This record gives sequence, C-alpha cells and structure tokens, in this order.
Amino acid sequence: MAHTEWRDAPELPDFSLLKRLARDQLIFLLEQLPGKKDLFIDADLMSPLDRIANVTILKQHEVDKLYKVELKPIVSSSDQLCFLIRPRIQTVKWISDLVNADKVAGRFRRYKIIFTPQKFYACETVLEEQGVYGDVTTDEWNFYILPLDDDILSLELPEFFRDNFLEGDQRWVTTAGSALHLLQSVYGSFSKVYGIGRCAKMVYESWRELMEEGEQRTRQPEFAKVFLVDRDVDFVTPLCSQVVYEGLVDDLFRIKCGTVELGPDVTSSDKSIKVMLNSQDKVFSEIRNEHFSNVFGFLSQKAKNLQTAYDKRRGMDIQQMKAFVSDELKGLKQEHRLLSLHIGASESMMKKKTKQDFQELLKTEHSLLEGFEIRECITYIEEHINRQVSMIDSLRLLCLLSITENGLLSKDYRSLKAQYLQSYGIKHLLTFANLRQLGLLEEQQAGETLTVMESKVGKLVNDKTVGKLTDAFSSLAKKSNFRALSKRLALVPKSGEEYDLRVPRDMAYVFSGAYIPLSCKLIEQVLERDGWTGLEEVTRMLNGQEFAVTGGSSSSEARNKTDAQRIVLVMFLGGCTFSEISALRFLGKERGCRFVVVTTAITNSARLLEALLDNHA
Amino acid sequence: MAFVTANWNPLGDAFYRKIELYEMGWNLKDGLRDCLVAAAPYGGPIGEFCFITLLRKIVSEYSFWKSGVVKQLGWTVSDDLLCVQEDGTVLVYDLLGGFKRHFSMGNEVSQSQVLETKIFHSPYGTGVAILTGALRFTLATNIDDIKLRRLPEVPGLQGAPSCWAVLTQDRQSKVLVANGSHLFVLDNTACTPVTPPGLSPQASSIVHMCVSFSYKYLALLTDSGHVWMGTSNLKEKLSEVDTKIKAPPKQMAWCRRPKSQQPSAVVMWDGLLLVVGECKETIQYHLDDDSILVPELDGVRIISGTHHELLQEVPGACEEIFKIASMAPGALLLEAHKEYEKESQKADEYLREIKEQSLLSEAVRQCVEAAGHEHEPETQKTLLRAASFGKCFLSNFPPEQFVSMCRDLRVLNAVRDYTVGIPLSHTQFKQMTIQVLIDRLVYRKLYPLAIEVCRYLKTPEYQGVSRVLKYWACYKVCVCVYLFTPLKKKNYILIIFVQPYCMPSCMLVYTVVMYLKNELNRGDFFMMLRNQPVALSLYKQFCKHQEQDTLKDLFNQDDDHEELGNFYVKASYKEQRLEARIAHLQSAVDEYYKAKNEFSAKTTEDEMRLLRFQRKLEEEKGEQLVGFSLHDTMTTLLSVGLHKHAEQLYKDFRVPDKRFWWLRLKALAEKEDWEELEKFSKSKKSPIGYLPFVEVCIKHHNKYEARKYVSKVTLEQKVKAHLAVGDVEGAAEAAIERRNESEIGTVLSRCSATTDHLLVERLNRAKATVAKK
Repeated sequence: MAHTEWRDAPELPDFSLLKRLARDQLIFLLEQLPGKKDLFIDADLMSPLDRIANVTILKQHEVDKLYKVELKPIVSSSDQLCFLIRPRIQTVKWISDLVNADKVAGRFRRYKIIFTPQKFYACETVLEEQGVYGDVTTDEWNFYILPLDDDILSLELPEFFRDNFLEGDQRWVTTAGSALHLLQSVYGSFSKVYGIGRCAKMVYESWRELMEEGEQRTRQPEFAKVFLVDRDVDFVTPLCSQVVYEGLVDDLFRIKCGTVELGPDVTSSDKSIKVMLNSQDKVFSEIRNEHFSNVFGFLSQKAKNLQTAYDKRRGMDIQQMKAFVSDELKGLKQEHRLLSLHIGASESMMKKKTKQDFQELLKTEHSLLEGFEIRECITYIEEHINRQVSMIDSLRLLCLLSITENGLLSKDYRSLKAQYLQSYGIKHLLTFANLRQLGLLEEQQAGETLTVMESKVGKLVNDKTVGKLTDAFSSLAKKSNFRALSKRLALVPKSGEEYDLRVPRDMAYVFSGAYIPLSCKLIEQVLERDGWTGLEEVTRMLNGQEFAVTGGSSSSEARNKTDAQRIVLVMFLGGCTFSEISALRFLGKERGCRFVVVTTAITNSARLLEALLDNHA
Repeated sequence: MAFVTANWNPLGDAFYRKIELYEMGWNLKDGLRDCLVAAAPYGGPIGEFCFITLLRKIVSEYSFWKSGVVKQLGWTVSDDLLCVQEDGTVLVYDLLGGFKRHFSMGNEVSQSQVLETKIFHSPYGTGVAILTGALRFTLATNIDDIKLRRLPEVPGLQGAPSCWAVLTQDRQSKVLVANGSHLFVLDNTACTPVTPPGLSPQASSIVHMCVSFSYKYLALLTDSGHVWMGTSNLKEKLSEVDTKIKAPPKQMAWCRRPKSQQPSAVVMWDGLLLVVGECKETIQYHLDDDSILVPELDGVRIISGTHHELLQEVPGACEEIFKIASMAPGALLLEAHKEYEKESQKADEYLREIKEQSLLSEAVRQCVEAAGHEHEPETQKTLLRAASFGKCFLSNFPPEQFVSMCRDLRVLNAVRDYTVGIPLSHTQFKQMTIQVLIDRLVYRKLYPLAIEVCRYLKTPEYQGVSRVLKYWACYKVCVCVYLFTPLKKKNYILIIFVQPYCMPSCMLVYTVVMYLKNELNRGDFFMMLRNQPVALSLYKQFCKHQEQDTLKDLFNQDDDHEELGNFYVKASYKEQRLEARIAHLQSAVDEYYKAKNEFSAKTTEDEMRLLRFQRKLEEEKGEQLVGFSLHDTMTTLLSVGLHKHAEQLYKDFRVPDKRFWWLRLKALAEKEDWEELEKFSKSKKSPIGYLPFVEVCIKHHNKYEARKYVSKVTLEQKVKAHLAVGDVEGAAEAAIERRNESEIGTVLSRCSATTDHLLVERLNRAKATVAKK
C-alpha cells in the first residue's frame, strides 16, 4: 500500500559529519602553531566549541590554558597565543592592543587569530591600522554549522538578527550562503529552492555564486527542497508566548546551544544540573512537541510505567535478576534520572504558568491575534507597564499590539510609550527608535485612519466583503498587514470551537489552538503549490521579494519518490523559535515528509527584543 | 635521462632540439586563428595570454572600438601592451588589462591610415614603425619619449612593399624595404638601394625577411623558395638554402644563440616548420596547430593554442655531454657519477681517465654549464650532482660558478612554472639580469615571489626587497585609485556600490570606503555615502567601534536630527558626571525639536528634571537615586517613607493615577502597614478597583485584611475576589447571581466533590439553567 509507505518518515542524513569536519579543521589549524599555546575563546563560542572539541582534544593539540575573551588585559606566561574569535572589530582591536602592549614591554610572542566562520575584511583593516598586521597570523575556521539535534542545524550567530535587519550590515549574508554551500557539498544538491525576503534573496545569490565557482557534483540529492525565510517576514510568531514544552523550557530557563541549566529549585537538590536536550533524551523527545498542559499527565503515566518496570524485579530468580541488572537496569536508571528532571521542570513550569497572571497574558495575546476586544487589551498592557511586571513582556505585548493592529493610534502610541519610559527609564527612547525602524512598534500615519473606516464599514456589510475591503486597504498602506494576512491564510481558527490540544488538528496547537505560525503556514502553502502561484496577494502584503528556483539536478525529478525527496530544508535568517520547529515537525508528520531546520540562531521573544535594546553601548 | 637526446635533430654540424615549456592553460575555441597575438621576448608576457584572449574578444566584438580597428598588438620592454589602431593612435595597457595612456603617431598617419605596423625593441626602448596608406614610413624609436620621424620616400613603390623590417644600426633605427627584387635601406636622410651579395639569380622577388635578435644578421626568403642568410649590413653572405617550397610563408625568424655553430633560421608555413642552416638539408617539423614564432636570444619560441615550445640549437656544453658516444670530459664525469651511484668500481676508471688528461675542472665546468641549459629539473639535478662529485677530487676549484648556478636554477624553475609563466632560459636570464626579472615579477603583481627571489639571491635591500615593497604599496593605493577614478567621474563603476545582491563585493566596498574616507574631504565623502546604503551601513559599523564622533558628523551632514538626538541620549549614559549628562540631554532636546519630535523632546526634558530632582534628594536624604526610572524613584521614595516627595513627583510628572495607586498599594503592603492601606483605600474611589487590594493582601498571606476589600470589588471581579480569599461559597453565590457559565465552571473546578457536595449540586443546577437560555 502506497499510502502507508508515504506515512513513514524518511531517514535524515547524518549531520554529525559536519561536526567531524569542523573538528578536523580546527585541529589542523591548531597544529599550524606548533608547541604549547594558550587559547583565548570568544565567550559565545565556548558552548559551540564544546560540542565540537572538548578540552581533552584541545589539550592533545598542545593547548595549555584556556581563557575566555573578556576584552581586558591578560595574564598569560605563554609565548604563543591563539585567539579563536568571531570576526568582530572590537575583539580584533583588543588583540591589537595586546600585541602593541607586548611590543612596548619588549616581549616577543607569536600570535595567531582564528576567525570563525570567516574573516572579514574590516577586521584585517583594523589589524593593519593598528600596525600589527605583520605580527599576527590569521586563519579561518569554517565552522559554519553546529548540528544541535537530528533536525536542527544552527549557525550560532545571534547577532545576525540585529546586524542584518537593524543595522543593515550585510556581512553575514555570505556566511549564510557558505553554510548552504557546505551542506550542499556534503549532502548533495537540491532540486528546488524557494524563499521570501530581501535577505533570503541575497543569501541565495551568494550561495549561487559559490555554486558557480565550485565544481558541480552530480550526486543523489539528500534534500528535496530548500526554503529560505527572513525573520522580518513574520515577527508575530516569535513574539508570542511559547506553550509547547521545548519552547516553554526555552522561555523559562533559556536553552543554550542545546543545553539547559536547571536550577536548584527544579532539581530539588542543592546544585544546578546541565541537561542536553535532544532526541537522544528519550523522555524529552516524547514531550518536546507537546502542549504543556499534556506534559504533566504524560510524565506521570511514564512514571507509572517506570515503576512497573522496576517492579518486575519482584519474584525474579537469581538468573533473571542478573539479566535484568545487566540489560535493563541501566536504561531504567537513566530514564529515571531524566524523568525526575523533566517532572521537576514541568512542575516549576506549572507553578509559574497556571497562575492567573499567565492565563491573562495568554488571553490578551489571543485577543490581539484575533483582533478582538482591543481596548481591553490596551488597558491590560497599560496595567502591565504600570505595575512594572516585566520589561520584556510589556515590550512584547506592545509590539504584538502594533503589528496586529497595523500600528498604534497616535494617542495610544504616545501614552503607552510615555508610561513605558516612566517605568523603565528614558534610555528606552533608543529602544523605541529601533523598534520603529524594524516596523515592530509604529504609530499609525494619518492616512491609515483607513483601518478605522474599514472597521466602520465592516459593521455594515457581511464578512466576505470585509475580507475584500481589508485586502484593498492593506495594499494601500504598506504595513504589516497582519490582519489581512491572517484572514487570507486562515491563521486564526474561528474562536468558540473547542480545540483538543491532545489531538492537534493543525499547527495552531503550538499556540493553544489560537494561531498558526505565519512562517510555517507560508512554507506549507508554498510546498503544496510547488511555488508562489496563487499566493500573489499574500506576497504583496509581505512586501514581495519571493522567489522559486529549480535546481540544477532536474533530471532526478523523475525518481523523486526516494526518501531524500521528502526532506525539506528550511532556513530561518534571523533566528527561529522552538514553537516553529514543533509546528514544522507536526506538518512533516501530516505530510509524510521531514523538515530540517537551519537557523542563524534559536530565538524567542526575549532574545529577539533584547537584541534591539540599546542600553549596552 | 637516457632520452635527453631523443628530441635532437642534426643539421650540418650542429643539433637542434625542441623542448616543451608547458601546456597552455587557456581555452581557445579555434586556436590562434583570427587572433592578433603578441608575445614579448625573454619569456615575456606569455602568461598573460588570457588578457590577449580578452582583448581579442574586444577586438572582434567591438571591431571599431573607440576610434578604430586594432592593427597590431605588441609588448613594450616594461611589459605593457601596445595596441596600434588604424588611425595611428596607440593605446597602452598594463599587464592586467588596465588602460594606462594613449598617444598618436602624428597627423599624417591619421589621415592616410595605417597599413602595416611593426613594434621593435632597441637599446633605446620600444619603438613603433608604421607604414601608412600613402606608402610612407613613420617611426618612433622610443615610445616613452616620442620623437616621430618620417622617412624618405621609396622610389618606384606602387603598392605595399612585399616585405619590410626594422634594423638598428650605428645607433640609428633604419627600415629595410623590399619592393620586388629591389632592396632599399631607409634612414633619416636617404633611401639607399642595396643588393645582398650572392643572392640567387632565380629570385624575382623577396617575399619575406627577418632580422636576428641582435640586429646583426638578416635572412631573406625569395619567391623561388631560397633562404638567403647574411649580415645585416649586407656585406657578407653566410649561406643560401633552397627550401623547395614556393608558397609564401607565414613567418620567418632567426634561430641563433650566442656562440652559435652555424647561422640558422626557422620558416613557418601552414602546418610545417622548417629549420635551415648552412647545409643543404633542413629539419622539418610538423605543426598541428596555428602557431606563432617568437624570436629569442638563444632560439625561437613556438606558441600554439595548446603548446608552448622552445626550438634552439643545442648548446655546446649539452652537446658535448649528451652526444652519443661522447668522450668529452663532462660526459665522462657524468658517467663516472652514474657508476658511483651504482656503487661500481667503474666510477674510478672513468674518473682516472679524466684526471689523467687533467681535465677534471673542465669536466666540472661543462656539467655545471650544461645544467644551466637543461629545462628538466631532474636533468639539472643529475648534472649538478655529477659536478659536485667531480669537485670532490679537485683541491682548489673556485666554488662560485657552481653555487650561483644552483641559485639561478632554483629561481628559474620557480618562474618557469606555468602559474608564473616566464619561461626564461639561463642565457636569457644572464643577459636580462636579475633586476629586470624582479621588475617583471612586480609587473605581474607577484610581490611575494619577487620578495622571495630577492631574499634567496641575497639582492641588496634597496634594490631588492624594499623596492618590491615600494611597488606593492603603490599598487595597493593604485587599486583604490583605479576603482575610484571612474567614481569621481560619476561613471558606471558606481555599480559596485549599488549592486544590491553582490555580496562578495563587501570587501571591495569596504576598501573603497576606507580609501575615500582619507581621500575626500568629509563633506563630499558623506554626501557620497548618503546614496550608498550598503557602504553607509558598513561605515557606520566601523565608526561605532572606532570613531564615535564621526558618526555624529555623519548624522549632522544628513540633517538627521532624530538620529542625532538618539546619539546624544546614548552619549549621556556614558557620562558619570551629572552636569555632563544633562548637557548631552540638552543637546538631544534641541535635536528632537529640530526633528519635530515633540514627544521625545518633552520626555528628554522630563528626564533632565528628574535627574536634577534625584540629585537634590540624594544630597538631602542620602538615598541612592540618580539614574533610576521615574517608577523606580517613586518606589524607593515610598519605601523609605518619603511620601511627600513621591507625591510631588506624581504631580510634577503627570503620573497616571493608576500607576500611583499601584505604587502606593505595593509599598504599603511591602511594609505590611495594613492600617495605612485601609485609610488609603478609603481616601477616594480606587482607579484600579479593589481586586488588587485583595490580591496584594493574599500575596502577603493576610487573609483577614483581604476579606475587608472583597465587598468593595466590582461585580465582574467578585468571583475572583472570593476565590482569592478561599471563600468558595461566596464565589458560588456571586457566580450564580451573575449567571455566568464560565465563572460557574471556574468555581466548580475549585470545589471538592466530597466536602462541598451541596454546593456542587447547586452550581450544576445553575449551570444547567444558564445553558438552557
């Protein structure tokens, strides 16, 4: 039966190969500086590095001491210093100062800078300007991609979002292009590429250039399709509170590089524990995509099963006991440990999240998504600000309000902003400037009283006409158009209907049935239509910049029933959330395909907004 | 090794060999057909063929490119490319195809057009000779110092002469013209008819001529197929050979080397190459491809679409050593060394034989010299090893020759590599000198190799390394200039700036930006950036870390008052001193007003007031306040009991009532001052309702106080309030009263089936009634 065959998920390629490649290159680079050396590592490279090469491996290659780059004077007695850094001007400046200080002190050392994932010309210019270009050697460690899990690949570049979308600095575009090129050269070419967004387009261009330069390989492709999407195409999704287990863990405890540190209150011991969260963790892999309201029940069932498994011991004879201890006990113990951790985590989650505050917060979010009772929402947000509940959450609600409503009325905009500044200080004037630049928090322009008119007209005519009117109005004002998009793509299911979160019927379950992530919906639609045809309206509201390209290996189109043809690579430029990943996993299950997510970094509402604060200078 | 002689061909007493230098890396579709090709001597710009190809493209695609058809290409002594156009304009390009300059060959030329052109080299530099449509010759001996000379008329010349060549004699450039069987020498003043001594009488016309590399010898090819060779002053005949081919050749060149055994020339027809010498016989080579000949000091290079070869008379030393059954000392020494390597006692016999004739030092010298003439590194090594072996048996043999040969060969092998593409022979190298070689590497932008060569050959610093570095530095600047020049003219290369998706050019943009920054005055520079978003954002990024003040100027230039305001706000946070901070904020206020952003301006003014207020209180009360937000300031004031001051802020800063109530509420609960809280609740109607009062009390675990406020809570929030204080019955009452299904549901979920049995029933009943409606 073809049908059942369709349903089983295709095998994913082995991404650990990427780790091995990165490790080998790093070792090669370290060996370029023979002898004992001290290694300075950029703080944000520490965790990714740990996943590639641990301290033991580094020591094997004559790394003496490890330091974190702190942009302060150093104490190192080594004659060889090696710096493993991201290509940032600041860090390079700091290294130049070190070198110059050594020169003044008449100290001779050898310096080597390893930039990862690539060198930027600006950094070399700084070296040149500071007069140390000849004193240091530089290298590139092409560590583009860190596989966080079987289906999550991360560039680990959180700054991509701010640099690219706020500062208009396009340096990282080539990095993303090279990452795709790397995937392509290791895992074969792609048959089709879709994308939306300015940055996506540039990444594709840069990737294509690399393809043209490099040799063509006619290998059986391991991915069918690639989808590139800019974060600024969909800001709503990352601004929503996450309610899927993995997303919630990220929101609450912050998952860093696939690892979460659970504090003493969770572990119910006196120390915190670091836990790797990925598909290797059997307990976690079963609950990661579940709505958190289901998790507790699931875990208690699991605990019962575990107990039964332990209970098997009773009434065993010696022989059986021996077999039990050697075969099962270790697994059970492991499961036990993980289970207790996750129970601890979900307990503290429940404590925080079932409280009324959180319920109201969710209710407000859902009202905003639905465009329902906006006044009440504004009052709620006002109170939220006035009570100084949470700096980031308030900002998040403000942005959500602005995007879903196509900007705030001048009166509201000013009063909310003023209140926010009273609560959190005037420095947030800069934050607001940034938010406005990105279109996250805006004031409605005079022309946009259209929407007011629209809602008035809307009361007079039926639903269908409203839809048409909305479209017409939104195409007039080049704005976020969330409401119109939401109607056209049916992002918000009709309210009032019961939504059984245990048996999700669509991707909306990741937001308690209130909203289907726009980004994921776009992907679904485009894959279904095999292109953008029929979505012209939508793309116009998203400011265009969509593209679809058929890859070189069109000959393989004929035999596209292979597993590989059912694997879709989705690249998020500017970060993606765990909720989106869960939604895509759900979509994959529904469609009998698998999604591999490549992202510049894992993000969530807090990270997104923190990147736009300007209090660090 | 064994086949060193495999490609040798005897001609008279001498041997000739053709060695492959390297395969051509270019991808020419139809070989060299329809190409204008120029190649310079001394292994000159051959590597730059790609450029020529490129040029060919230009020539074919834009056949009247700029002003005219390109008639001739040629290289100068300093590796520049000359393109002579039909109208006599000569364009000069550098090796990388960059346009350098142009000059004209005079009015007369441009009027009567160029018929033929020859580019020649003399001790005075590179010259250009032109035959015009009016059948007159115009000549410039040195293109770097142009002095045009118009040569006298050739008598009886009706059409284009059958052939001509440029000679350099008696420190003067002359033109040798053949018109039928007549030969004329043209110099500055006169046209002298000349006759080559002993030219075969069958000839009715001279169809081709060539002058040797040194300008000493002349070869003429007649229509009868005879090649006449003699001195270029036409006083002596060296030989005359019948090629038996009457077709006009494509090219003819001298194939000589210093101390040649015999004069010889190479004549090329389609698919055939002929070497003629003194004897009757000739050597014939078959050619697969269209080729061209490049005369060299010690041979002829043959360039085709696929190959690059050198044809030369086998040098004396090589011949001595490798000739079959040679008994020359060098050959014996080589043999001895071979045996020695095989650990055979014959080595000793050979060596003895040389020593007996006391020719060992001669043998060593021969081996060293031959090594220099060999192209294969393996052969070179074998010869040098033999030489070194022989040296062991000599007590006072001067080492210089051996050492310098080793060094020279190392350098030559490096530059002969096809990536460098300078296939110099040792003879040429010695003639050309190391200085020139380094210049050539520099012209090719091979700075690192040039430096390595200098270091290896221990060239004095000022001539070597530092000179190369100087060129390199100039080049770095030049790259910028090159990019910049068209920019200034607002020309098309601006594309590099605006191409939106051209990412790899980021570095290029950066280079240009950094260069322009130093080159232009600030105003112009900023104006330019303004239209280049990519460049601008790159530059901003740079300024953020390196030059904060520049950023300010940048905004200033753009009249971006909004950004300037933001800039000052940011700056204010870096100041420790309050006065400086306020000063920055004042600047921000001014800018915001200019930007017509009243909101920001007002807010900033408020901030200044707040700062002053905080400072004052800090001084008076010793509370840490400066830098707090308004909210935090009030919280602090309330918590330490400075109600009056908090109240003042409330009034001064138009704090909304709600906020103030929340603040008071929280502060009082924090201090558990329940009495004051009650008073406060009664002071006037609460703008935030009374549910917060209930909740705040519960938060501080005071149910008793909480109950006090339950009755005051509005109807909508009653259920919540009752539940908050744990009064399920009250909640049930309120819910039923309000007939609200979801509220009844909420209460139900809080009831336990066992204890509140009655209540549950009641609620269920109420729920049913509500649902019915």
